[in-house]
Amino acid sequence: MPIHDQSYRHYGGSRQPAARAWLVIARSGIKQFLRRRPMIGILFGSWIQLMVRLAMFYVAESYTQAQALLGPSAQTFRQFLEQQNFFVFLIAVYVGSGLIAQDRKANALQIYLSKPLTRVDYIAGKMTILATYLLFVTWLPAMLLLIGQILLSGSLEFARANLILFPAITVFAFIEVFIVCCAVLALSSLTTSTRYVAVMFAGVMFFTEAIYGTLRMVTGSTAVSWVSFTASLAQVGDAIFRQPLRYTTPVAVSFIVLAALVAVSLSVLERRVRGVEVVS
Amino acid sequence: MSVATDQPPVPTAPVATAPGPGVISERPRPDAAVSLEGLTVQYGTNRALADVSAVFPLGAVGLLGPNGAGKSTMIKSLLGFITPAKGRMKVLGLDVTTSPQEIRSRVGYMPENDGHIPGMNAVSFVAYCGELSGLPAVDAMQRAHEVLYYVGLGEARYREIGTYSTGMKQRIKLAQALVHDPDLLFLDEPTNGMDPKGRDEMLELIRDLGHNKGVSLILSSHLLPDVEFTCDHLVVLDKGRIATSGRIGELKGPAGSVFELRIKGDSDAFVAVLQANGLECHATDEDVMRVFVPGGKTARDVFALASQHGVQVRHLRASVPTLEDVFAKAVGQE
Repeated sequence: MPIHDQSYRHYGGSRQPAARAWLVIARSGIKQFLRRRPMIGILFGSWIQLMVRLAMFYVAESYTQAQALLGPSAQTFRQFLEQQNFFVFLIAVYVGSGLIAQDRKANALQIYLSKPLTRVDYIAGKMTILATYLLFVTWLPAMLLLIGQILLSGSLEFARANLILFPAITVFAFIEVFIVCCAVLALSSLTTSTRYVAVMFAGVMFFTEAIYGTLRMVTGSTAVSWVSFTASLAQVGDAIFRQPLRYTTPVAVSFIVLAALVAVSLSVLERRVRGVEVVS
Repeated sequence: MSVATDQPPVPTAPVATAPGPGVISERPRPDAAVSLEGLTVQYGTNRALADVSAVFPLGAVGLLGPNGAGKSTMIKSLLGFITPAKGRMKVLGLDVTTSPQEIRSRVGYMPENDGHIPGMNAVSFVAYCGELSGLPAVDAMQRAHEVLYYVGLGEARYREIGTYSTGMKQRIKLAQALVHDPDLLFLDEPTNGMDPKGRDEMLELIRDLGHNKGVSLILSSHLLPDVEFTCDHLVVLDKGRIATSGRIGELKGPAGSVFELRIKGDSDAFVAVLQANGLECHATDEDVMRVFVPGGKTARDVFALASQHGVQVRHLRASVPTLEDVFAKAVGQE
């Protein structure tokens, strides 16, 4: 006679509303990546610039001669976020490329979508995983840099003079993260290979930049910067930080290009994230 | 603070906590597991289900049909994966169009193809599925351990699913479908690719669930013995239409109306004679034919016909009708 009944038993406990499913997906995905050493390495590396910048602020505060060279300005924060783009790319490729592709490869979509969650929940959960890590290398260190500047200087003078920085960092970081998330997830839903996704995303980033470079040489104008994803993002970023615009393309055009990219990505996700693939 | 862990649970009584705010706990008992009204599903110009109307009672129901009959399409439509061209579907009394999530919280789906969530071991995967179905993390982990023991994967529950054999993958699919204690299970070809021993064990599990554990189930299969062993009711699909449905015992009819017949003489000609006289006849393996004798006629009529046509009857035995007869008759009539 068995000591414990290991037969099937009915569940008499509580059940949570289905609306929390995206949170379950997000929590599990975030934990899964945190267990990987390369991920820890990327996250650690992404904060080196923050440390260096804080050290520069410290020097600038300690030695007035260095103030002009190393002191903070609104442009410093714009540059900071721009230089973090390397880590945005790394995380987009490392975390994002497999988020849907691997589920498609393992036929997991039919498992997910047979549970009480919608396709929107699924995409929101996957997007939250990627967005969390992207914000960890963009918004969070940028805000800490700003707070660090206030603490190191011991005054709110700089922050008061540049009040735009808090919303600018937040708005730009969230726009960038949202666009990257949409693009990577859409690419990830197109294939079952994470490598192809990485190659395709690199293509979107670098190929469009190369096209822009060629067109600029031919036309002699930067007005064609809208063909490049990174140039359009940079143009919108400059406008948000109220910095001089680097291209002659109207900001509205750059913004429309980014919005179109998001629309195309969401359309791809709508078509590809399904419980069953019907080929007619 | 409660935290879900991969550690084995201390066996306890079934989890029963008081529902908190925003917690779903009421589960009304419906009249039928599934009801379909004029369901039509089309893939391009190909009609997979054509104006299907049927009621699947609570209990164990077999959805039988040859490959391509529309079984999987029906299940996927019921889960909301496929939008039908027309018709209405109700699962556990809930309309599939208006309450898909509520339905999916009360059903478990074991898909036909291999399917798992990458990068997880069995217990994490099943617990994760439980959480996705609305179970709190701690309860989901405890249920995961329990159902993995139940399906026979207790010892292998910490292994990566990618390393599992085909039979084990079938079992893990059943476990993920069971973890949230569904009222209704959709099992799509659950014995696919299993060896004979594993197949028998899987069928025992399904039979136990349907008959002893109070879980209603719809078993989609093209394997007649699987359905006959596990189910009480039957719906036969053929070319996207319902060929027949009812209780298996009733569909089989009374013993003795089917005969195994072996003759000496021209079998083809005698089959034609039998059919011309209203006796349905199917040749089976070797030289044995199966004769369906309709009401009002007996074995004497078979002897009389044989005598009239100079055919020697070597063997005539009343046969216990099998599901194969029901299936052959249903599909043959179409």
